[in-house]
Amino acid sequence: MTMIFGIPLPALLGQLLIGLINGSFYALLSLGLAIIFGMLRIINFAHGAQYMLGAFSAYLLLTFTGIGYWGALILAPILVGILGVVIERLFLRRLYGLDPLYGLLFTFGLALTLEGTFRYFYGSSGQPYAAPAALAGGTNLGFMFMPNYRGWVVVASLIVCIGTWFLIEKTKLGAYLRAATENATLVQVFGVNVPVLLTLTYGLGVALAAFAGVLAAPVYQVSPLMGSNIIIIVFAVVVVGGMGSIMGAIVTGYLLGIAEGLTKVFYPEASSIVIFVIMAFVLLLRPAGLFGREA
Amino acid sequence: MTDANPTIRTTLRAEPAVPVSGARIAVLVIALAFLIGAPFFVYPIFLMKLLCFALFACAFNVLLGYTGLLSFGHATFFGGAAYFTAHAVKEWGLSPELGILVGVAGAALLGLIMGYFAIRRQGIYFAMITLALSQMFFFFCLQAKFTHGEDGIQSVPRGHFFGLLDLNDSLSMYYTVTAIFVGGLFLIWRFVHSPFGMILRSIRENEPRAISLGYSVARYKLGAFVFSAALAGLAGAVKALVFQFATLTDVAWQMSGEVILMTLLGGIGTIFGPIFGSALVVGLGNYLATTGFPVTIITGIVFMVCVLVFRRGIVGEINATRLAQKLGLADRSSG
Repeated sequence: MTMIFGIPLPALLGQLLIGLINGSFYALLSLGLAIIFGMLRIINFAHGAQYMLGAFSAYLLLTFTGIGYWGALILAPILVGILGVVIERLFLRRLYGLDPLYGLLFTFGLALTLEGTFRYFYGSSGQPYAAPAALAGGTNLGFMFMPNYRGWVVVASLIVCIGTWFLIEKTKLGAYLRAATENATLVQVFGVNVPVLLTLTYGLGVALAAFAGVLAAPVYQVSPLMGSNIIIIVFAVVVVGGMGSIMGAIVTGYLLGIAEGLTKVFYPEASSIVIFVIMAFVLLLRPAGLFGREA
Repeated sequence: MTDANPTIRTTLRAEPAVPVSGARIAVLVIALAFLIGAPFFVYPIFLMKLLCFALFACAFNVLLGYTGLLSFGHATFFGGAAYFTAHAVKEWGLSPELGILVGVAGAALLGLIMGYFAIRRQGIYFAMITLALSQMFFFFCLQAKFTHGEDGIQSVPRGHFFGLLDLNDSLSMYYTVTAIFVGGLFLIWRFVHSPFGMILRSIRENEPRAISLGYSVARYKLGAFVFSAALAGLAGAVKALVFQFATLTDVAWQMSGEVILMTLLGGIGTIFGPIFGSALVVGLGNYLATTGFPVTIITGIVFMVCVLVFRRGIVGEINATRLAQKLGLADRSSG
């Protein structure tokens, strides 16, 4: 059997794949955070809770309406995105222009409320959610065995990440968004409806979180706590990447996921903290983050 | 540090001191009398819990209210000190006062480390970094041997304070906690009204200007961070002795959120606001615990309402109303 640094190759690749899957979720979530922060200047603490809502929407859609995975993959982000739009219209709108910390605190409260509500009804334990039949089983890649669903997670998140990047960097709507990020007043003078743009941005960011949640439902269990577990790691990812660039958020997400997977192979005890350690080092060497601009 | 700026220091000293009015003294005397008499009417353990959290919130407020730094990781110092004290008293057999000292020193050291990293970024990033680092400490506590993982450190002996006062008696425990609380509060009051505290406020109001005046802003921020961490540690250390255990709950991020809520609810940047805030939050938590309704839902809603409609908090709003009344009177008398 092929060995690398005394570790059998399949074990190494297996952890690498798990790292890549975690990285897919980190990338999707930090991408959403970066988009929302870029436009609204609000750190969306509820991002984890909205990710959890996405997973629960898939579970509830299946339980009560019989809509399966593929339907949920489209419906859940739309539903949760609409909820995000409502929240932005009703509440977040009032916080623009204040210290960004208030946005953080508000969305923190929102996260607690959402999480608490689902815990009240479903307890802390997870609900199982089966992967779709089309993606059951696995494929032998010759050097390792890969469950099909996990491969799909990586592909789907890559497609969505690149699609979002394309939307923001290459389309007219994206150009408006970027312009409004730089100077909202000027863009409004040119006749672009900036308030609507803000609402849509929040909706889009939230929908991305929900999409990640549906993707995650068959991998992890659907649990009320899944959001708060991941959001703190995603914050560290965002600190490492810097929120200046969309691509930066995506790349950092995948890289840190892989770093976490590799740590599991070589020093399992540290795997839960390795991302935080990397964050600390990045802060020492490049305080603005890998892709960030000096503020 | 201040000696390098002698002129600034004299101007700060020359600032008129706040006149100590009779009413203020009366309020303090009443509050003190209330603290002394309270255990005869209310369950002492509940009171001690309240005092610990009030001190914790006040320590946190030094950072948020007087320096403008939102730390999302203060549970590390509170819970960390609880672990250190519990370990020192139970495993090393130290006396309670030395145990508390170990806890405070440990919290200050953790504060130095976390602060060293966190002050490299500002605002929202500062909050996220402190949150991430405190989560890292949480995982450490989960795996470390001395914390006993999910079980925590249990049946911590209270011992004799300075070898004299038997803390197993709940009244003497209560008065010890009260003394520590009043002492901690006095320390905070001195700290924020010192020249050092004034410079912290100038950093809060306008950091670039403080830098251009020649202050080493990073060192002042770090100083404030360590001070705040040490006092949060004092609160945690005392709590470990009161409840005789230290668990993961105290180092979890929810605890950091709770202390933010106490401060926000009571009034950011007021001396007494966090005390009211913590009384409300602890009281509410105790009440809800009997109903079985999840505390997090209520906490979350209170958070959102606070941010949306009264950002100044209870004491902050009262102060603002009083100020407006004074200004209104001044207008009428001059007009």
